Amino acid sequence: MNASIHVSLGQVAAALVLVAVAAAISRWRRADLERDIAVATVRSFVQLTAIGYVIKLIFEADTIWLVLALLSVMVVFGALTARSRAKKVPDAFWPLLIALAIAGGATLGLVVALGIFDPTPRYLVPVGGMVIGNAMTASAVALNRLGDEVADSRARIEATLSLGATAREAAAPLARRALRSGTITLVDSTKTTGLIFFPGTMVGMLLAGADPTDAVRLQLILLYLLLGSVAIAALVATTLAYRNFFTRAEQLREPVEG
Amino acid sequence: MLFELRDVSFSRGGRRALDSIDAAIPAGAAVIVGPSGSGKSTLLRLLNRLADPERGTISYRRRPLVDYDPLKLRREVALVPQLPALLEGTVGSNLRYAAELAATELDAERCLRLAGLDADFEGRDVSRLSVGERQRAMLARALAQEPRVLLLDEPTSALDAAARDAVEATFAELRRELDISLVLVSHDPEQARRLGDWALRLEEGRVVAAGALEEALA
Repeated sequence: MNASIHVSLGQVAAALVLVAVAAAISRWRRADLERDIAVATVRSFVQLTAIGYVIKLIFEADTIWLVLALLSVMVVFGALTARSRAKKVPDAFWPLLIALAIAGGATLGLVVALGIFDPTPRYLVPVGGMVIGNAMTASAVALNRLGDEVADSRARIEATLSLGATAREAAAPLARRALRSGTITLVDSTKTTGLIFFPGTMVGMLLAGADPTDAVRLQLILLYLLLGSVAIAALVATTLAYRNFFTRAEQLREPVEG
Repeated sequence: MLFELRDVSFSRGGRRALDSIDAAIPAGAAVIVGPSGSGKSTLLRLLNRLADPERGTISYRRRPLVDYDPLKLRREVALVPQLPALLEGTVGSNLRYAAELAATELDAERCLRLAGLDADFEGRDVSRLSVGERQRAMLARALAQEPRVLLLDEPTSALDAAARDAVEATFAELRRELDISLVLVSHDPEQARRLGDWALRLEEGRVVAAGALEEALA
């Protein structure tokens, strides 16, 4: 897995032609996305370049503390980003933060303990970033669904509470559907991987000149890690967040604004 | 006294739904009447502790409502909401769920009969019931918990005259057979006269009359 290639800025610039195509399509079909495409292009360039230098520094320093610091920052930003997609969930930040931290920590801890990867920055940084990114998407989708479910099922939740059910019992079917929503996308894409699309890591390794068998095996490891981490993230997020819809006296709170 | 309310106020969505309510609701059959939006349903929700008043206190059998375990209270003081909201599954699974929560021995056939439904409703999927049938299934589900008080929010609003008469007969039977107290919300003064022996009349969240039926409805 030591393949490496050199990519020049000129090659990156050449790829911008496809961005121009996207902008042209948007303008031609009046999709009104040109501005968003420009912002996305600039942000991706700046953010990835910056993180590239940060990763380079961390690799050179070769200390686990810098890795933990970087992953912690990712967890906080991931929770903030996911919160903006879960607006109907009261105080969604803490459940999301804890979900991402547990998903990231448990997954990385396990792969190191099982000897799949060495506990070095070279493995922990990219794998951690991927795990936290996917966990963020899964927990955001799960909580977004949970918020919609609660909004649509208020009468049924209150009718169940009025039987003397706990908040957990009243919210159980909704939390189950939210967990499913958060996990199903990755499960489906894992089912079709290799048939309908080639996942990013495998593509990257093949482009970098790695042996296809190695590329496939590494990709499988990452897919399996991601399945575990998104399930953990969606589970923790829904388990902690459903409670925020209820008071201590097992009453359904009024809906949050926005 | 079954319930006592002292200076109870409650707002919802920025609107004052109940405003300084003072009332003593006796055991038996109490009817809360008033036009739409007068706070009748809100009052039932407070009695079931689905919400707490912003100001004032509510007591049940002389003990503040907040001193009860809310879960136990709700099994003893059962609310049948106006909008039927059963759990997915069959009528029978809903009855079993309610009975399990209250740790009661379920006699599904009897609960269904008391709610005016045939025994074969037990196996019916709730998604295939009419609104009126769902309303009665909700009543049967509440009865499965053997409550001491039934809070009924417009329990016959979705029923035709024949079904309404059957359910009203059930309420009389429940009081006779099980010694259950009823607190019933109705917008129909005639129904109040048929079912109640005490009434509370609300308008715009305030008590305008309370007491013996004819006196309060006059």
